[in-house]
Amino acid sequence: MNGVVLNLVRPFFSLGRFSLLLAKACGSLGDIGIYRKNMVVQMVRIGLESIPIVALAAAFSGAVTTVQTAYQLVSPIIPPKVIGAVVVPSLTMELAAVVTGFILSGRVGARIAAELGTMRVTEQIDALEAMGLNSVGYLIVPRVAAGILMFPVLYVAACLIGVAGSLLAAMLTGVVSIGEFILGAREHYDNFGPYFGLIKAFVFGFLITSISCYMGYYTEGGAEGVGRSTTRAAVMSCVFILVADFALAIVLL
Amino acid sequence: MIRVEHLTKAFNGHPVLQDVSLEIHEGETLAIIGRSGSGKSVLMKHIIGLMKPDSGRVFVDGTDISSISYSELRLVRRQFGVLFQGGALFDSMSAFDNVAFPLHTFTRKSEDDIRRETQKCLDLVHLPHVGAVNPSELSGGMRKRVALARAIALRPRYIIYDEPTSGLDPETSSTINELIKGLARQLEITSIVVTHDMHSVLAIADRVAFIHNARMHWVGSINDLHSSEDEVLHAFVKANEYFIGAAASGAS
Ligand SMILES: Nc1ncnc2c1ncn2[C@@H]1O[C@H](COP(=O)(O)OP(=O)(O)OP(=O)(O)O)[C@@H](O)[C@H]1O
Ligand SMILES: [Mg+2]
Repeated sequence: MNGVVLNLVRPFFSLGRFSLLLAKACGSLGDIGIYRKNMVVQMVRIGLESIPIVALAAAFSGAVTTVQTAYQLVSPIIPPKVIGAVVVPSLTMELAAVVTGFILSGRVGARIAAELGTMRVTEQIDALEAMGLNSVGYLIVPRVAAGILMFPVLYVAACLIGVAGSLLAAMLTGVVSIGEFILGAREHYDNFGPYFGLIKAFVFGFLITSISCYMGYYTEGGAEGVGRSTTRAAVMSCVFILVADFALAIVLL
Repeated sequence: MIRVEHLTKAFNGHPVLQDVSLEIHEGETLAIIGRSGSGKSVLMKHIIGLMKPDSGRVFVDGTDISSISYSELRLVRRQFGVLFQGGALFDSMSAFDNVAFPLHTFTRKSEDDIRRETQKCLDLVHLPHVGAVNPSELSGGMRKRVALARAIALRPRYIIYDEPTSGLDPETSSTINELIKGLARQLEITSIVVTHDMHSVLAIADRVAFIHNARMHWVGSINDLHSSEDEVLHAFVKANEYFIGAAASGAS
């Protein structure tokens, strides 16, 4: 009975603690001078170092979508240029942001949670606090800020590389000529698509980094606890990306 | 001066400290002793406001630190140097950068001055050459000494040592003891030493506070310790001496 009540209350407890953590982070924005160096480091780790894996995933997403669209849609009455019309918006509006989000949940989210979790259980966070530093400002603000700033950059990279991947696939398989692909993409180009994708990237960047920071920061129970936080950070980031993806589609489309 | 008044703390309904009161005078070295798990580290974390008491209060220089704002608390904490039980070195930085970190963060000294002072602190703990090494590559004892160097880098008014000598060989232990004594004397630092090493207590402490069964069981000077007839205290000290004796004979 007690356990059931506890499980019902837990999400609200987490949400409350998460909000308080964010409030504390906002409260420490005034000290940003101290944390600036840290932020550059995080932007490199979260942003630049993620480019190869994001590029790989984006290229394959683009390629697969191209081949699959050709298989599903193109027929004697539907011309191949439809491939461009379908693939480009799929990438800009959904795939580039979501695939990047999933990859970064694992790559960035797990790393953040493991790092902060280890710092928690080895008393490094206590040591920061004991020196008179705001550990939330020092550890969390730079990571979340780097996530918010770098995720849109990664998104743009994913879009470009995704389109390149689909063009390459088109060329290799011959399902559509490059000229027709671009023609189709142009005819059906929706100005809002990239903005929509950027908004998503922004939101996902915030979600992944803040959720992972939260999981890591409140780690309990030694190495096992760090493992738990790391898994949870990756899983919860993915879950909230899916939820946010759906919510944004409903609100903005 | 630090004053702990009627401090009570429980974790998951299990009381760790009950009605603990304690006064730490300016310039003295106080040893907090007690069995493993008796709440020594918990008490120490209350003194710098890392934990909040369930009831009771902690005063630092007359300020009740559980009722002040977070930014005021951070100012109070800057007067403290803390050596955590496991060292708590930042493993993302080299040993040198760990010691330089507080200087970088809280002073406006030039890069050269910081380098010089950092080196001085490392010399002080007899580790002049480990600067470039990462904490994960240091032995436990070396890590502790680097952490000690970091704790004194800003010349704090108060310094808290959580088990400064545990896990160290006898020679390094007595070096650390000398160091703690020397710092207390030279810089007029008020020191709180959490330990269960009676050697260390006898070597450095002016007064002793003994935690037993979640309560402050006994407080007194080193002289009182010898003449005390408290049985629990005696048992603790004796067990320690026996252990020290056994370790010594085992080593020989
Ligand atoms: N954050 C915490 N959450 C739950 N329980 C805790 C926490 N910190 C300490 N405890 C419990 O409080 C008790 C006292 O712990 P503490 O670390 O103060 O012991 P100690 O006297 O420092 O022991 P040692 O000499 O082994 O370091 C232990 O039973 C420990 O399990
Ligand atoms: Mg302890």
